[in-house]
Amino acid sequence: MGTWIMAGVTFREAARKKILWMAIAAGLAFLALFGTGLHYQMKDLAARGMNPILLKQIPGTMLMVGLYAIDLLTVVMTVLVSVDTLSGEIASGTIQAVATKPLPRWQIVLGKWLGFAAMMTAYLALLVGGINLITYAMARVTAHNVPQGFALMWLESVLLLSITFFFGTHYSTLTNGVLALGLVGLAFLGGWIEQIGAVTSTTSAVNVGIVASIIMPSEALWRRAANSMQSPLASVLNFSPFSSASLPSSTMVVYAGVYAAVALFFAIRSFSRRDL
Amino acid sequence: MMQAGESASTTAGQIAAQPAADLAIATRGLRKVFDGKVAVRSLTLEVPRGEIFGFLGPNGAGKSTSLKMLLGLVAPTRGQATVLGHPAGDVGTRRKIGFLPEHFRFYDWLTSAELLRLHGRLYGMSHASLRQKVPELLDLVGLAEHAGKRLRDFSKGMLQRIGLAQALLNDPELIFLDEPTSGLDPAGRRLVRDIIKAQRQRGATVLLNSHLLSEVEITCDRVAFIKHGEVIETRDLNSLLEGQTTVLVRASNLTPEMAAGVEKWASSVALQDHQLTLAVPSREALPEVLRYLISRGAEIYEFTPQRLSLEERFLQIVGSEGGL
Ligand SMILES: Nc1ncnc2c1ncn2[C@@H]1O[C@H](COP(=O)(O)OP(=O)(O)OP(=O)(O)O)[C@@H](O)[C@H]1O
Ligand SMILES: [Mg+2]
Repeated sequence: MGTWIMAGVTFREAARKKILWMAIAAGLAFLALFGTGLHYQMKDLAARGMNPILLKQIPGTMLMVGLYAIDLLTVVMTVLVSVDTLSGEIASGTIQAVATKPLPRWQIVLGKWLGFAAMMTAYLALLVGGINLITYAMARVTAHNVPQGFALMWLESVLLLSITFFFGTHYSTLTNGVLALGLVGLAFLGGWIEQIGAVTSTTSAVNVGIVASIIMPSEALWRRAANSMQSPLASVLNFSPFSSASLPSSTMVVYAGVYAAVALFFAIRSFSRRDL
Repeated sequence: MMQAGESASTTAGQIAAQPAADLAIATRGLRKVFDGKVAVRSLTLEVPRGEIFGFLGPNGAGKSTSLKMLLGLVAPTRGQATVLGHPAGDVGTRRKIGFLPEHFRFYDWLTSAELLRLHGRLYGMSHASLRQKVPELLDLVGLAEHAGKRLRDFSKGMLQRIGLAQALLNDPELIFLDEPTSGLDPAGRRLVRDIIKAQRQRGATVLLNSHLLSEVEITCDRVAFIKHGEVIETRDLNSLLEGQTTVLVRASNLTPEMAAGVEKWASSVALQDHQLTLAVPSREALPEVLRYLISRGAEIYEFTPQRLSLEERFLQIVGSEGGL
């Protein structure tokens, strides 16, 4: 019961503080920009009388770029909306009146987590659904395997949420944000090093990337997501954030899931044990 | 439909009488060390049910930390504490506890009515009972007009009031109030006093942290003086017969002879115009003093035993170092 009340409060807080609406507005602005760009691109290609295969290939590539932006946006948004929820309430003391109510502390953490997870799920669904609708409407193109790609991007968001929660029970809001986004940056860089290494067959560079993915598997999840969403033809073509020059193994996906669960578990544990 | 008996018990919020030996709070050697800094050295305390108990002590004495240990917010480094017969921090027991934190802060994006409803839900109260309870409490703390106002627009005193209402939502058996009058205007202080009085009548136990000696003097049955996280002394403020008392007498025709006459009961006597102040070692002497003065023809307008001077004792205990 306490879990649901806390989840509800979390959702209401985001709505009331306008965080939710700003995030949605940013997402819609992004979609509008994407739609406009695609519109002019399609108009230009049609005017030039493009070959029909390329006519599908170009919006397809644009869709992947858009999805990559959505992925980054969602990850950053996940950290931003949840970064203050535990550390901030501990620092300000608002947690004291809640933690003395008859609900175990794990319900406070889990409830908040569920609230944010629901919010980010809706956000991601809006953006991924929206961009696919746009490309479909304008160019009859959608991502290859949307549900699988969505699930992987969702896992990435949930992973970041759990990590932010974990840091939130230990550090101040600012430190928490720096650590969480720092890890995202590390994974991002590691992902690129891994791909460049794969293209140039530099094994040690690939290994550096793999180690980065073990420390923080977020970018690995994106590359799996990109691989399942792009057209099979495009995946062999180029070297890009969505290329499968070095595709993370499916074990990495399981690892990321376990990582998220363990981070949440330890967040709950340390919140339950600490002084408030 | 509500049964007659049921409505009576809800409105009164009465707490069933407990056996006398039943303690609301019992601690033994409770200790808290924060990163090598001792906040509470060793707290040993027994508070019977139904008592209004005051914690007095200088800043940093460990009052708030003690409360937090009893509430389960802070884990003791050592020692034991039982609250309402269960280990401190027991989740189920919290259903019967109300708490006003020292710096009452809550989600300031909620309105006061929403805040109370949320807290009520966290207590496990039904929507139906909250529909009745929330307006009642808002009215009690004088915020009925501000039910729909967001807490971010509240003044400090108003926040304190809503915090107080929040601590009473569940008709608690035990209420922890950490400096409840901080930030309140005189009417607000009066309100706190009245609320505490009403809680006593319900049979609730109240643990009050305060710096305001006059307030503690008026509201509490017993006080503990705390310094460096240790109880230096506890005092019963209700006993009529024990201990030294100062009496203030106001009469129109006091004479030096009368002042000399009461000296046999008093340890000190001071006469100034129409005012006689005398300290008696025991309150038992008071009726005799009064009889004596009347028999000598004093026209008495006022004869007021002052409560034990907490302030003097407080300053003695705090000492010159100021306790910090
Ligand atoms: N979370 C904490 N971390 C470190 N030290 C703490 C913490 N909480 C309290 N202290 C220290 O413990 C001591 C007791 O603090 P506490 O708040 O219990 O005092 P208090 O009696 O309530 O004081 P006041 O009258 O000012 O409210 C202080 O020296 C304080 O600095
Ligand atoms: Mg205090």
